[in-house]
Amino acid sequence: MSGARRSALASLRGQIERIETAAVVHPHDRVALGHSEADNALKGGLARAAIHEVFCAGSQGTAATGFVMGLAGRVSAQRPLLWIRQDFSEIEAGALSMSGLAELGLDPRRVVTVRAADVESALRSSADALACDALGAVVLELWGETRQFDLVASRKLTLAAQGSGVTGLLLRMAAQPLPSTAETRWMLRAAHSPPGPVWDAWGAPRFDAELLRNRHGPCGRWIMEWNCDECQFSEPSTYSQPVAAAPADRQNPAISADERRRAG
Amino acid sequence: MSGGAQDEPSIVVIKDNNALVIHALNEAAERLGLYIGQPLANARAMCPDLKVFDADVAADAKTLSDIADWCDRFTPLVALDPPHGLFLDITGCAHLFGGEAALLQTLVRALGRQGFAVSAAIAGTSVCARTLTRQATGSIVADGGEAAALDRFPVSALGAGEAISTGLRRAGLKTIGDVASRSPSEITARFGARFSTLLAHALGQGDAPISPRKPLPDYIVEKRFAEPIATDTMIAMTLSRLADTLIASMEKQGKGARRLEAAFFRTDGVVRAITVEAGRPVTQSKVIDRLFRERLDALADPLDPGFGFDMVRLSASRTEIVVQEQRDLDAHVHDNDELSALIDRIAARIGGKRVVVHLPEDTHIPECAVMAAPAQHHLAAAMQAEWPARAESEPPLRPLRLFDRPEPIKVPFAAVPDGPPHQFTWRRALHAVVRVEGPERIAMEWWRQGGKQLTRDYFRIEDAEGLRFWIFRDGLYEGEVFDGDGEPASPGWYVHGLFA
Repeated sequence: MSGARRSALASLRGQIERIETAAVVHPHDRVALGHSEADNALKGGLARAAIHEVFCAGSQGTAATGFVMGLAGRVSAQRPLLWIRQDFSEIEAGALSMSGLAELGLDPRRVVTVRAADVESALRSSADALACDALGAVVLELWGETRQFDLVASRKLTLAAQGSGVTGLLLRMAAQPLPSTAETRWMLRAAHSPPGPVWDAWGAPRFDAELLRNRHGPCGRWIMEWNCDECQFSEPSTYSQPVAAAPADRQNPAISADERRRAG
Repeated sequence: MSGGAQDEPSIVVIKDNNALVIHALNEAAERLGLYIGQPLANARAMCPDLKVFDADVAADAKTLSDIADWCDRFTPLVALDPPHGLFLDITGCAHLFGGEAALLQTLVRALGRQGFAVSAAIAGTSVCARTLTRQATGSIVADGGEAAALDRFPVSALGAGEAISTGLRRAGLKTIGDVASRSPSEITARFGARFSTLLAHALGQGDAPISPRKPLPDYIVEKRFAEPIATDTMIAMTLSRLADTLIASMEKQGKGARRLEAAFFRTDGVVRAITVEAGRPVTQSKVIDRLFRERLDALADPLDPGFGFDMVRLSASRTEIVVQEQRDLDAHVHDNDELSALIDRIAARIGGKRVVVHLPEDTHIPECAVMAAPAQHHLAAAMQAEWPARAESEPPLRPLRLFDRPEPIKVPFAAVPDGPPHQFTWRRALHAVVRVEGPERIAMEWWRQGGKQLTRDYFRIEDAEGLRFWIFRDGLYEGEVFDGDGEPASPGWYVHGLFA
């Protein structure tokens, strides 16, 4: 390799490094989700001006929708929210109901829905929307595997989000995670309501959220509960339950196991 | 009528009172003595080797409307006069084409080149001009000369109908001059007020307004080309120059455009009009430029220049007075501007009905509780809408995702007739019910649907996997649902939505 070419490569590398560090050094505005372990893993909260991906299996679409809406509610901070979806996902998973959104404690007045016919127009609209700094968040909902959403498209969205400071949330239902430029990637499942009497209040949104990828921190898996009144996530609330009293005449098996390990 | 084999007698027939009669005919057929309205059998008897075509009234109307589109290049006020006439209001337009005579000549020649036989005339009133086209094509009558011009023409030229023409002839009034010489009261008493009004209009005493096909745009700018343009760059450049001119003329009156239409006139007579809308008045030419670029990019059938466009017209068909706002002090106003600009851009590309905001409706029926309205027009209303408040410290009572059409589920049995199922099959998967809440009974609005809809009992359900459903039984257990024989049947179950 000639010297001139090597120096050209070096200068290009330097440029790329500067571009990338600029994005990293830029003090990411972070929004705490309310769930302390998840916030710790995310270094204080979900980064604004970035792309976050939420994946789920086909049958778990609504849990993922609830989670994405929760994230959007956290990051958008009273600014408008653009919800871009494909016609097909509405048939498969149902339409986003504004009454349901209001029940989650979010404000339906701020939601503008874009009903894109196909993936191309959805992607194009979202790139446009991410460049508009009047928005709080842009949610792009795609159903199934899509060829059109590749690394280039993902990079485009990330750049647009970095430029404007708008947060992009991708809801990928019935899709497998693929390499992308997203800041975080989640896999969502619905979690059971806490055990308790059948007639007791139940049904608050609970998510089994697995953080698959985190650019700036560790991953993890947590049960997160959405608190509709305070509009934030929280640790699963503990419900006091009658527990059988420990037998007084026998050794506590948990303690004995512990001692055995120490001895061995 | 379009030409073709001019020398062979050919006719177009239409069914009238169960008989085929001549609807239109060419000159060769006319020379043989055939006439419009003659039964086909008689015509065949007179001329056995007649070429006969079926009339297609819809296609005729389409052709007339296409010609009217083409005529838009002369004046924005073009009205249809079915079955085969057009009125053009050329007030104030003629000088752009070198005077009335030159305009008439241009129009007749251009249509003639496209294969149409045209008779045209210019007069002070529309009825007078129409009468002239039937007898003296190409004539131009100045204001006040109507009565003299029509004096010698037969009464049938007025087009008042067969009965009246015959009546006038029987009364010995053969020409329009004869009729005009009688006093109006006599004519009205014998032939009705409608005919006397028609006569008055033909003679230039008063005028019937024409009804143009399109409302007159508030502002029009256009560009004509001696050499037709066809390339995308030229089209884009023309549009942006026109936008500059349009904005300049609107600015003088403090207006902004809400709806804009670009019309592309192809050399072969085809006209393509493209409309864009804006949520708030547009006052910058670069915004117009961008909206059209988005729209042109996203057209399902792209703009086909063919042999080129010889004219491009940009018109603002809806405008509003622009209120100058103080921007810097109120960031909120600025944000809303940006949002509506974004909405306009997306709407220009994918259609205004596909970008929606949501308005609450005052009803209990879940699928009707929210109305989606185009964001371009209802953004402000949606931002201020009053939504019903949620109950504090309750889990969500309405699902996050709602199916447009509730999906039927299979329920094997219910332990209690009125109660919820223990398990159900939805989309071929079996769900075991772990927790239930309900029923929430929602009765249909009898005053709206004519009492045909059934009462629904909704249950919130959690299955063994933690998925939460909103299911309902369509109809009360007894007394609402009947099978074909009128016997009580068991009501159906549906999934209507899913909770997060």
